[in-house]
Amino acid sequence: MSSTGTGIRPPPQVIGAARSPVMASAFAARTKVLPILELALLIAASIAPLVLRDYITVYATRVLILCLFALSFDLVWGYAGILSLGQSLFFGMAGYAVALLSRDFGVGSIFAVLPAGSLIGFIAALLLAGFLLLGRHPSSVVFVSLGTMTGAYAADRLARGSHYLGGQNGIPSIPPMTIGSHEMSEGPGFYYLVLAILVLIYLLSRFLLRSQFGLALAGLRENEQRIAFFGYKVQHLKAIIFAISGAIAGTAGSLYAFHEGFVWTNMLGVVMSTQVVLYVLFGGSGTLIGAVIGTAIVEGLSFWLSDNYRDIWPIILGVLLLLVIMFRPLGLISLVLGERERVGHFGPGVKEKRNAAP
Amino acid sequence: MPLLEAVGISKVFGKLTALDGAALTVGEREFHGLIGPNGSGKSTLMKCLAGALVPTRGKVTFINTDVTSLTPPERARAGMSLKFQITAVLPTLTLYDNILLALQAQSSLLDLAFSRSRGRLHEEVMTMLLQFRLADRAFDAAATLSHGQQQWLEIAMALACRPRLLLLDEPTGGMSLEERRVTGELLQPIKQHCSLVIVEHDLDFIRDICDRLTVLDQGKVLASGTVAEIQANRSVQEIYLRRA
Repeated sequence: MSSTGTGIRPPPQVIGAARSPVMASAFAARTKVLPILELALLIAASIAPLVLRDYITVYATRVLILCLFALSFDLVWGYAGILSLGQSLFFGMAGYAVALLSRDFGVGSIFAVLPAGSLIGFIAALLLAGFLLLGRHPSSVVFVSLGTMTGAYAADRLARGSHYLGGQNGIPSIPPMTIGSHEMSEGPGFYYLVLAILVLIYLLSRFLLRSQFGLALAGLRENEQRIAFFGYKVQHLKAIIFAISGAIAGTAGSLYAFHEGFVWTNMLGVVMSTQVVLYVLFGGSGTLIGAVIGTAIVEGLSFWLSDNYRDIWPIILGVLLLLVIMFRPLGLISLVLGERERVGHFGPGVKEKRNAAP
Repeated sequence: MPLLEAVGISKVFGKLTALDGAALTVGEREFHGLIGPNGSGKSTLMKCLAGALVPTRGKVTFINTDVTSLTPPERARAGMSLKFQITAVLPTLTLYDNILLALQAQSSLLDLAFSRSRGRLHEEVMTMLLQFRLADRAFDAAATLSHGQQQWLEIAMALACRPRLLLLDEPTGGMSLEERRVTGELLQPIKQHCSLVIVEHDLDFIRDICDRLTVLDQGKVLASGTVAEIQANRSVQEIYLRRA
């Protein structure tokens, strides 16, 4: 997993030098693959419930929520190079919190529970960042990944042992989320709600990542020490993106809790954290669309494989994942997206380049 | 009052004493060369100045402030900039983005998130690229540059932080003769606003651009003075003869 482009410790000279010429020739600078891909996926996702059977729409809703979760992981790992192996902590914490809000306080309005879920994810991530990222000197990747993983593991164990949180069984039959007097139940309505939230958060993330802040993150990922010498407060940058990612994971967790109708300890633990790493690795970290595609394909494949190869499907899926990571360390997205477009650029260079090169 | 003053700097790594009470004084707009045989402690002293290493003993004062225990980012914000011995450009980013990244380091987070300083910095980015003869490559990935060009880009990035003092660790390492000559030319205009401490093996290069030299040998200062004084210094001649 320490291969190129996964963000752990990319040997950068190699990536740029070896890949870009090949990619550049395959996809000349004029081809803009990314916007086309994004638009195509949006259209596909918009019409899906119209053509899919209801039970698949329900499954697809869950996948969209997981896409949102994957997005949160991609932000910290693919963009800022923070290997958070405890991303489920924010996902599950928010899930549990909104479940309790709904069960014990009768608060189910979407305008209360979603902001509450995001806020809880945000604060939890900020607190964890305070421990793991905000020292005077930058903390190592291993320290951060073990620290986040321990956080998730501890939360899982705590929830299992807590009677109030339902122990092993979690919190079943959460009262549904409401918009006004309308109760959201699974189906196309919930699907479009999640899709709208996903698109909104996707666009906000996209805006942020293409800003000069995104450039600072790219610097962080490529060579943290170097940009510290420029005078960047790298620890602050990391804490900020970590907290934003926590808020997104929290939003996803709240949606997940209401969509499934129950929360249980796995949502908090390392299983979920690992799963999200696989989604992003598979699709391609460092592109938002890669996280979405990875989630959709891994979940879609699991769905189909488990139907057709009841006993051995996890093995098939595992082998497929390994193959992609071995031969496409930058994820499936690298099949269609060149290096230049994947990394993106931040200066106002595009237009000028077009003018310069006819 | 000198811009930078390092006094009694010692650095011990386990049993190895890399620096033993070294001292260095750099004035405003002064190009100061650090020379000495391999293992004399030049790079270690440089790292102590930049904050990459904390000296075991001694004190570094920069613009009347004790910076001995400040981290590199804190020193950078105080006006010190460092170019690494090994090039550390960001290879997958374009040259333009590399420079912009350095220039925008002083912008506030809000400015960054809404890209508010991008327009203002555009001219500066292009000027720096022109100045360092890299403008035609502005939108190529930094990894595609030749070694010498990467060194120039890196000097440009170090300068983009608008430092009062620039620390250059072997800027001409691995460069051709022609590239060395150009590097010297590129560095000259900096003198109007910036001092320079430079570690370099190429003595001709150092003699051409520096005002003053400090010679280190086995972690101690052997001699310090103007280029002419150092050239006339007997003990300096000896260590270089010994080496040759």
